[in-house]
Amino acid sequence: MNPQLTEDGRLRHLLTLDGLPRAILMQILDTAESFMDVGEREVKKVPILRGKSIFNLFFEPSTRTRTTFEIAAKRLSADVVNLNIATSSQTKGEAILDTVDNLAAMHADMFIVRHSQSGAAHFIARHVAPHISVINAGDGRHAHPTQGLLDMFTIRRFKGEFHNLTVAIVGDVLHSRVARSQIHALTTLGVPEVRVIGPKTLLPTGVEQMGVRVFHDMEAGLAGCDVIIMLRLQNERMKGALLPSAQEYFKFFGLTPEKLALAKPDAIVMHPGPMNRGVEIDSEVADGPQSVILPQVTYGIAVRMAVMALLAGTGNA
Amino acid sequence: MPASLPDVDPLIVRLAGAIAPTITPDTVIVGIHTGGVWVAERLHAMLKCSLPLGTLDISFYRDDFSRIGLHPQVKPSNLPFDLEGRDILLVDDVLHSGRTVRAAMNELFDYGRPASIRLAVLVDRGGRELPIRPDFTGLELDVPAHQNVNLSRLDDGHLTLSLA
Amino acid sequence: MKIHIKNGRVIDPMSARDEVADIYVAAGKIVGNGHAPADFHANRTLDATGLIVCPGLVDLSVRLREPGFEYRATLESEMLAAAAGGITSLACPPDTDPPLDEPGLVEMLKFRARNLPGPRVYPIGAMTQKLEGQMLTEMAELTEAGCRAFTQADAPMTDTQVLLRAMEYAATFSFSLWLRPQDVSLAKGGVAHDGAVATRLGLPGIPALAETVALATILQLARETGARVHIARLSTRDGIAMVRAAKAQGLAVTCDVASTHVHLSENDLVSFDSHLHLVPPLRSLRDRDAIREALRDGSIDALCSDHTPVDEDVKQVPFGESAAGASGVELLLPLTLKWAREMEVPLLQAIDLISWKPAQILGVPGGTLAVGSCADICIFDETAEWVVTSRTLASQGDNTPFLNHPMQGRVRYTLIDGHIDFEAPR
Repeated sequence: MNPQLTEDGRLRHLLTLDGLPRAILMQILDTAESFMDVGEREVKKVPILRGKSIFNLFFEPSTRTRTTFEIAAKRLSADVVNLNIATSSQTKGEAILDTVDNLAAMHADMFIVRHSQSGAAHFIARHVAPHISVINAGDGRHAHPTQGLLDMFTIRRFKGEFHNLTVAIVGDVLHSRVARSQIHALTTLGVPEVRVIGPKTLLPTGVEQMGVRVFHDMEAGLAGCDVIIMLRLQNERMKGALLPSAQEYFKFFGLTPEKLALAKPDAIVMHPGPMNRGVEIDSEVADGPQSVILPQVTYGIAVRMAVMALLAGTGNA
Repeated sequence: MPASLPDVDPLIVRLAGAIAPTITPDTVIVGIHTGGVWVAERLHAMLKCSLPLGTLDISFYRDDFSRIGLHPQVKPSNLPFDLEGRDILLVDDVLHSGRTVRAAMNELFDYGRPASIRLAVLVDRGGRELPIRPDFTGLELDVPAHQNVNLSRLDDGHLTLSLA
Repeated sequence: MKIHIKNGRVIDPMSARDEVADIYVAAGKIVGNGHAPADFHANRTLDATGLIVCPGLVDLSVRLREPGFEYRATLESEMLAAAAGGITSLACPPDTDPPLDEPGLVEMLKFRARNLPGPRVYPIGAMTQKLEGQMLTEMAELTEAGCRAFTQADAPMTDTQVLLRAMEYAATFSFSLWLRPQDVSLAKGGVAHDGAVATRLGLPGIPALAETVALATILQLARETGARVHIARLSTRDGIAMVRAAKAQGLAVTCDVASTHVHLSENDLVSFDSHLHLVPPLRSLRDRDAIREALRDGSIDALCSDHTPVDEDVKQVPFGESAAGASGVELLLPLTLKWAREMEVPLLQAIDLISWKPAQILGVPGGTLAVGSCADICIFDETAEWVVTSRTLASQGDNTPFLNHPMQGRVRYTLIDGHIDFEAPR
């Protein structure tokens, strides 16, 4: 049983894209499309979530993601409360449930959760009252479903269809919740070839069982691609046992104009941000004509509005 | 009440006739999805408006949203003109409780401040729950609360009314 | 107290007996098997018609949580739970607080246990002081205090030289070392089997290599030193193959697995249920099937519960932050029976894995119904169905991945030293 769906198959929580039916992914993308113009109106709001209380519950700091959720919620006229709860090893577990219970007592309708532990959003979703919806805004290495959805939205906007695409995801797949969500979405939406490209130290065991082709040679992996998704390489992983240096990484796995030229001429370049220029991507590519990195940010708001609107309208929120 | 409902085309012609004298260069026609857009398309053509037709999907403004959720096929609203100072002719197919019109007016105001809004409906079936009345009406019916008046469009574009 | 156990199906693996017979108990001993001794007048007769009468179970790993973790469970609660699970002898690992690394602590535990109803408690001593993996404990003194073997339990063993010295020292006195093979560096940071499921769930992995690399070291050191080694909690197909090969080469090594790992695999983790956070991690289906087969062919010598009651608070957190371990004394028997049913293994062979064989590994009396042996007996209903809930479990730890699962097979009576220490409410 999928904990994200109601008995009649509608979205109750958004925890992961793993196992979500194609129809629901498409419904979210279509709904996002209808929210696209709200940001351009004189009044940048629709009243759909008027009177609802949404709590941004960030156990791991992230200004960017929190802000996009906040803007999305406010454009739906919801009341948004931001909570940045630093997790320390002393106050870990119990604090989560205590926090959740306290906020539920304040009549919360929706929790947007970010946490450093994989499965944290599932854990909270299991414990909340039936009228509360949970959106996973990133849990450990596990999932970042709204990022995955906004990437699909971006691909659809620029490429129209999914069924004829070759998509490459490049970099630190091992630690990336974004990559996992992208892979599930791409395979569910019918992309015939999804590739992951990276050194063996940054690709997780058995990743091919998620339906992807594995490449260790970036030039071979980029050949014929329609979409290239670059992943962020965390600072602390640039030097050590996973990689010898950021310079060597850039040389073999950074996206330069020369490597980009191996993909299809109309290939688009994506990045979930924030970018490490000169580590995973060359500035010339990041700011170049094939980059759709800034549109991704804009679409992120419409996609998050769509998710919140669909969840709030499941009848129990 | 009639056993079968009248043809739609003469109703739209009558409606257009009533509206025509009030049309100004600043008038914009806005149809409410889905049936209201069909009627508005006809009126827009007959009245030879210079400004493009606007469409509204009021899903995000419904007052029953938290009860019934989001309509599965939300279509984007499309108002390809500045609303500021315009005379708006809002068009819907069937006027019942008045809630759809209320939602539509709220949405219009989020795009700007029009000079005026008038309401044209193909059928006024009664049963109002809000202080809203049409300025132009194609047909007045007295329909029991449990019944619905529906406008549908055939593949050839022909519009028909039915009672269910 | 004289007890007549009447008309039960008597299964005694040691003598390979499986037949309906009567058992007679007096003065803590089995005095008759099949025939009543002369002038036997029972104080109590237990009607075992339709029930199975077997040696009391011997569990090689039961954490009683004393001293130090009484808030998680107490000696009293866990000994009662073990008796309710049909267990009459248990080995208690030293990972208490403080660890069992001094004779005084061992004597205190034995004293406390002796004054409570329930199974015979056999402490396993710490192999290194404070389980820190650096300095050896006084193994000879600890043995005199009652320790049956020495182990690091789940505490890391980072220094291979210390492990070599421990083996040499233990071999000097023929002490037995119980070692769980896990390479600390390879397991670092991991919480789940490093495979397709952990990858999908984004859980940091513990590769099968963490077991096999450590196991290779242990087996090689054992060959070299002649130490008696028991491999605890095997979890991988390759690890089993290595032990099988070592045995074939004549190395006197034994091994066990936890009953959870006979039934569960990484595939069960999909809901992030922290009750499935176990040590070693639940491995792949292929590994699980290898365990099931190795139990059948005898490559694995014993099944244990690896009973680890923990507080619900430390399970009510995200998977990676939760405390590892499962409560299990009351599930050892039904999970063993389930394996036997599913693999079509005779009951005689299944019960051997949880009575006679572990008694030999532990080197203690019991595990048999032979006349003259101590009257440690388990009487159970093979067909009784029940559901695992906090109400049906006597253990203070409700932390089991089998919560709300149906079980088949339930203990009716547990006799320890000729006393009825557990009797199921009718």
